[in-house]
Amino acid sequence: MSTQCSAAAGTLESNDIFITITATGEKGVSINLSSIVMHQFGDDIKAAIQQSMDASGLDGVEVTAQDKGALECTIKARMETAIARFKEKM
Amino acid sequence: MRNRTFLFMPGNNPGMLASAQCLGADVVIFDLEDAVAQQEKDAARTLVRHALEELRPQGVGITVRINGLDTPYWQADMEAVVRAGTDFVMVPKLENAEQVLQVAQAIESAREKYHVTAQIKALAIIESPLGLENAYAIASAHKALQGILLGAEDFTAAMGAQRTAEGAEIAHARARLVTACKAAGILAIDTPYPFVSDLEGLEKDAAYAVQLGFDGKAVISPHHVHRVNQAFMPAPEKVNWAKRVMAAARRADEEGKGAVSLDGMMIDLPIIKRAERILLLADA
Repeated sequence: MSTQCSAAAGTLESNDIFITITATGEKGVSINLSSIVMHQFGDDIKAAIQQSMDASGLDGVEVTAQDKGALECTIKARMETAIARFKEKM
Repeated sequence: MRNRTFLFMPGNNPGMLASAQCLGADVVIFDLEDAVAQQEKDAARTLVRHALEELRPQGVGITVRINGLDTPYWQADMEAVVRAGTDFVMVPKLENAEQVLQVAQAIESAREKYHVTAQIKALAIIESPLGLENAYAIASAHKALQGILLGAEDFTAAMGAQRTAEGAEIAHARARLVTACKAAGILAIDTPYPFVSDLEGLEKDAAYAVQLGFDGKAVISPHHVHRVNQAFMPAPEKVNWAKRVMAAARRADEEGKGAVSLDGMMIDLPIIKRAERILLLADA
């Protein structure tokens, strides 16, 4: 997998979340989250992202998530799309 | 479930999907076709599936408009939508009965694949001259098809006609489509009024659809929902008349009479059906 490999899904519109998955060339998955509701739901959003990553089997990637108030089903959907797009590019 | 308004909502907009049950429409249509850019088809399909599985909007009928049978997207759309559960799958650009059979087969295959027990019905959009010419064949092709929507924008473009607020250019298409649907016993759904800020024109357009016998009307703006709902609501005097018809019919039935009169009018089956429809629309 190239360290240049990267894929994204979602938007920066209200109620959405913009996800970028980038290959790092190192072991492990790191998650960088920014959210307009970080204080209230930051842990829940991270948990939802982590759950999607665990199910994906991907390793050696960084997930950057810019949340604009997405519901859990939106987070799951955007993660699923970003992961599928990333795997297509691997 | 009432079918006065069918509100189109872009399938790749999470905020709108979340508000689906709050906008007053009888049915919402999550759109995977025209409202979604080519490069976002996968994202919209996935988002709609998750929204259907997890948000489960209550008190509103759910339809998903999938991409056309001539695209590479429609089969994946169909599987996602059937798997997640929806009331209707809406298929655009149908032109013949064979395509209806293809859609019905695809629904059944997806139901089997994902062990879906609920019935999932289809709605068609007729939006071409050929589709209109085959309207009754389409309407009566398979019991899975429960209604047809007239797509006037593509239809008028194909006809080389100009779309106007008055709608003279679609008068024949409307009459033909509503007749075909009634002959087949399925829902006739009128085309959306495209001039979003012209609310006076919308009211006239909706009243005309009611006059022709359409069962409901598609809308492209939440601002149109209330006015179209109102247009399809029968007047109080009609509701009162329908209640009296049904009471007279029940009396005749109890007394073993084949027919009965009300206000000098013979109450027969067509009159009873009309009264039933009025009461259904009035939710009375």
